[in-house]
Amino acid sequence: MIKLRFASPEMLVDINEISDLGYHRVDADGSIHVGALCRHADLERSALLATRQPTMAAAAPLVADPIVRNRGTLVGSLCHADPQGDWASVMVSLNASVVAQGRNGRRTIPVKELVRGPFQTTLAYDEVVVEAIAPAPQGEAAGGYLKLERRVGDFATVGVAVSVDRIGSQVTRAGIGLTGVGGSTISADDAAQVLVGGSLTAEAIGEAASLAAQAAQPRTDHRGSASYKRHLVSVFTTRLLNGLIRTEEEAA
Amino acid sequence: MTSLFQEVNPGAAAETPTREITVKVNGESRTAVVEPRLVLAHLLRQGFHLTGTHTGCDTSNCGACTVLFDGKPVKSCTLFAVQADGHDVMTVEGLAGPSELHAIQEGFKEEHGLQCGFCTPGMMMASKALLDENPNPTEDEIRWALSGNLCRCTGYQNIVKAVMWAAKKLEDQ
Amino acid sequence: MTAVDEIKIGGMGASRRRVEDNRFIRGKGNYVDDIVLPGMLHMEILRSPLAHARIRSIDASKAWAMPGVRLVLTGETMAARNLAWMPTLSYDTQAVLATDKVRFQGQEVACVIADDPYIAKDACEAIVVDYEPLPPIVNPMQSLADGAPLIRDDKENQADNVIYDWEVGDKAGTDRAFDQADLVSKIELHYPRSHPSPIECCGSIADFNRSTSKLTVYLTTQAPHIIRAAVALVAELPEQMIRIVSPDIGGGFGNKVPVYPGYVASILASILLERPVKWIEDRTGNLISTGFARDIYLQGELALRNDGRILGVRMKATADHGAFFSDAQPSKFKIGLMHSAFACYDIPYAHLEARGVYTNKAPGGVAYRCSFRVTEAMFFQERMVQAAADDLGMDQAEFRRVNFVRDDDFPHRTPYGFLTDSGQYAKCLDVGLEAIGYQDFLKEKEEAAKRGRLLGIGISTMTEPLGAGNSREYDILGIKMFDSAELKIHMTGKALLRTGAKSQGQGHETTWAQIVAHELGLPAEDVLVEEGDTDTAPFGMGTYASRSTPVAGAAVAMVSRKIRAKARKIAAHLLEISEEDVEWELGRFYVRSQPDRGVTIQECAMAAYSNMPDGMEPGLENVAFYDPPNLTWPFACYIVTVEVDPETGVWDVLRLVAVDDCGVRINPMIVEGQIMGGLTEAYAMANMQFITFDEQGNCIGSNFTDYLLPTAWETPGFELHEVVTPCPHHPIGAKGIGECAAVGGPAAFVNAVMDALKGTGVRNIDMPVFPDRVYQALQTGQDVSGAPPVRTEEI
Repeated sequence: MIKLRFASPEMLVDINEISDLGYHRVDADGSIHVGALCRHADLERSALLATRQPTMAAAAPLVADPIVRNRGTLVGSLCHADPQGDWASVMVSLNASVVAQGRNGRRTIPVKELVRGPFQTTLAYDEVVVEAIAPAPQGEAAGGYLKLERRVGDFATVGVAVSVDRIGSQVTRAGIGLTGVGGSTISADDAAQVLVGGSLTAEAIGEAASLAAQAAQPRTDHRGSASYKRHLVSVFTTRLLNGLIRTEEEAA
Repeated sequence: MTSLFQEVNPGAAAETPTREITVKVNGESRTAVVEPRLVLAHLLRQGFHLTGTHTGCDTSNCGACTVLFDGKPVKSCTLFAVQADGHDVMTVEGLAGPSELHAIQEGFKEEHGLQCGFCTPGMMMASKALLDENPNPTEDEIRWALSGNLCRCTGYQNIVKAVMWAAKKLEDQ
Repeated sequence: MTAVDEIKIGGMGASRRRVEDNRFIRGKGNYVDDIVLPGMLHMEILRSPLAHARIRSIDASKAWAMPGVRLVLTGETMAARNLAWMPTLSYDTQAVLATDKVRFQGQEVACVIADDPYIAKDACEAIVVDYEPLPPIVNPMQSLADGAPLIRDDKENQADNVIYDWEVGDKAGTDRAFDQADLVSKIELHYPRSHPSPIECCGSIADFNRSTSKLTVYLTTQAPHIIRAAVALVAELPEQMIRIVSPDIGGGFGNKVPVYPGYVASILASILLERPVKWIEDRTGNLISTGFARDIYLQGELALRNDGRILGVRMKATADHGAFFSDAQPSKFKIGLMHSAFACYDIPYAHLEARGVYTNKAPGGVAYRCSFRVTEAMFFQERMVQAAADDLGMDQAEFRRVNFVRDDDFPHRTPYGFLTDSGQYAKCLDVGLEAIGYQDFLKEKEEAAKRGRLLGIGISTMTEPLGAGNSREYDILGIKMFDSAELKIHMTGKALLRTGAKSQGQGHETTWAQIVAHELGLPAEDVLVEEGDTDTAPFGMGTYASRSTPVAGAAVAMVSRKIRAKARKIAAHLLEISEEDVEWELGRFYVRSQPDRGVTIQECAMAAYSNMPDGMEPGLENVAFYDPPNLTWPFACYIVTVEVDPETGVWDVLRLVAVDDCGVRINPMIVEGQIMGGLTEAYAMANMQFITFDEQGNCIGSNFTDYLLPTAWETPGFELHEVVTPCPHHPIGAKGIGECAAVGGPAAFVNAVMDALKGTGVRNIDMPVFPDRVYQALQTGQDVSGAPPVRTEEI
């Protein structure tokens, strides 16, 4: 931003030297905590995510490119509030929150309430986010992230994050986050709600996909028409959920 | 002091902030006084005259500026020099040993992994980081690891071969 | 004593490892931005945010007042020195810094020269320009519409936005052919605006020395002598007092041939300040203002007979040149070598009409591995051929075979009047089909279709003219397109070779030495090759359009032969025999009747300095200027297989086979490197590279987040094959190769995707074949155009 002269702050505080913020871990209660300096690359290589948090594990390799992933952070991405940001959709689908620290102490902000608009957050001017928290799954966590990028590092034409908690085949909680199809990340709540309380049937998936597409507010631009992007939302949602059916059968 | 004198431009804004930083570059400790907004790539190129690191874009896409920062590949155009204070930077000039080239350098020459040479330093630094972490990568793993470095000349196929050549040589050693 | 082993000494056919690598792999390249001169200042350019606007006023007072700012240049200050406008390489004029109007987004409006580039950029931002917006034009249809605003109102006698109308071919004969056709196949295409985008941007360091009156300019140029001539013309400095140095160049691809305003401004700044001035553009500047490529529309028709024979070709091309006609191309041919289309097919009649227009976009058109618009010619050709075969219901390969010029039919006059001298087109196609497993793939495709999968195979075959060019027909601004080589053999048998070419990655330092090794038997490593300094290099027209091997390479062979001819005389003298009794084998002359008695070329070299025959001029140095008798005609067959995901429109390359004939290959490794680079660019253009404009004339594609270059991850692997038909007129039988794959490749990709969509009614999707376009085509069953302005309304 500074290099491109979009921003010329008088003072810039570099937090990279703060030690012990680079963690990511699972707490005893099953919640996943990602420190402010945990890099995309750490999450990409994380054995923990691979087994515990498939939505995050699917998204990590698709953020930017491998070199940028050595510096960029999940928390930073959330605070940057780019509607093209991948992590926001993921965390929204997980019903995640961030912990912001200011002069008056700490407060927890759900990611869904963090973003006000493109590149604008609800953080106070003297607040810094120190951690992101994905709540413990209500059962077994499943999910994934699909993104149409025309080359590595491209912004998403469309990205869909799907996260589903299950006990057996019953879905106890679901979340769907959409990247690149609106002024900010979209939480397709109605679509996700359709999945809760039953198993992943073809009907439920079809309805969820359709509602997710409706929740999208894409713009026609050089990446494609609005209707194409809506269609991709539906396709990706369907593919992700279908992929979970197969996995479940294998596990059963 | 590294020079007998340093001219101060008349009217130069006295308020222009500067910071003194010490960076270990290719194993050698270097100290410089810099403006906070100076990017690391420019410190290396204009400050330390290590012109092997190149710049090719404005949006952190091309990777021509890739250096190793505490052993990890970063795009030096997207780091401020002040952020390198107290850290270790390795550039292409630090690849070769005192009497011989690094296997990666040899591999690029052997397998015709470069043509105009402009993306090459960044490409090689990213390759080194890969081989440090994964000494025996598959073709897919190489292509994935280098997907943050753009090349216009080679079509990448020979770059992949170059990295595999280097991997084999390092293994044999 | 025997001849030396040619491969061992790095002669022709040796995959000699590259000499230039030694510095590049150490990070010791010497690119323009690496060069530092004492007292050097830095220049940045302020660019117009608007595509078309009148300039009411420019207030640079704040910039002047900033500490560290040495000079601010505006159109007004340039105009006072007659430098606000400069001639282009196409007999037009181009603004150096805007005076009355800005005519494209990104146009140069002012320059700041300061102590460092950051200050220069700060100061640029402090310049206040008052614009009065005018309606922008972003495509030729708008240019030509009634009531369209006049873009070049600076030109006397310019009443509209048309630059030229040009035609070639036999209109009457072609019309008759179409009247007799059983079927006419039509297609409309847009070859989109693309950009060479080498990783190194353009730049210059101008250094005017007041004491010696000499101007030295280091700059990113593929043609240093052309720049010297242009600077002499524009800056009105004596030509011998101008030295152009083109050091290491980080990729050219035609982007570094034109004369850019930044160069001119930096030269003036240096003259005024009497200090070196460095200008290095940023990527946005590079993409938004420097020589783009293509942006041309075609209406093509083929007159067909039911048995598959093409009776005639009609092409109507409209070229969008942007705001100034500034291409480097042979002056006789307004639309470059577009009329080289269909050279590999035996077709009696063809007619091409071409029109060039102005728009509010960056100037250019001829660049990016195009061989002077041969990329367009061959793309249009193979897209037309594909559509025609489909319209006839014929197999793609068979249709081509039926129409190919036969091997024994040379010399052959092409439908537009070129003369081709050799080729084995059918064999080339057969090698490709065999490699891809054509019949098996067709079966696989059929099977896959039953399961709803869309597979496709695309073929592209062509021959193209490389090596411009003969002085009868080719010139740029009147300067003929010969090239040169100067060879000095030192007394110890080592050599220094300089040519008028300028490598930007093609490996001349390695390959030219191989030609000398081939001709003289000197080990290639004993030959130092230098290019790029106009004070020392013999005059040449530079490296682009794949002309170096055909022209400069030929000059290298010819000068080596001149040296050898003189050495023969020296050998006769050393061997004390008459010249008729001297025989040559690689590296030595010997007595015909006593082969063991001989002298090496190195011994002859020493003798040239120490033991000359009576009456002979001492020394062993010479120069050759080569005017090629004809173009060379490499040919190729590219075959691509793809799978298209019907739900998303995404397509993946399954395999890519390339069969290339470039005659004799000097260095097979380097030749393959060139082919692979070209194929990558072909893939990039077909798949993702795109510059477009919205209704306001805003350029979309002026940075790497919008202008997409493929990475190692997307780029497919290449399977390379070869056919070798030596060029009959080239001294070493070689042809050009650098651009072939970029020329012939794109159609193979597009044809493959269109083949996958066969039966849906879709005949064309403009490049880049983006997923959304494929999806749209599948949904509507209709062609998809990519012409600007970019769509912004909901479909």
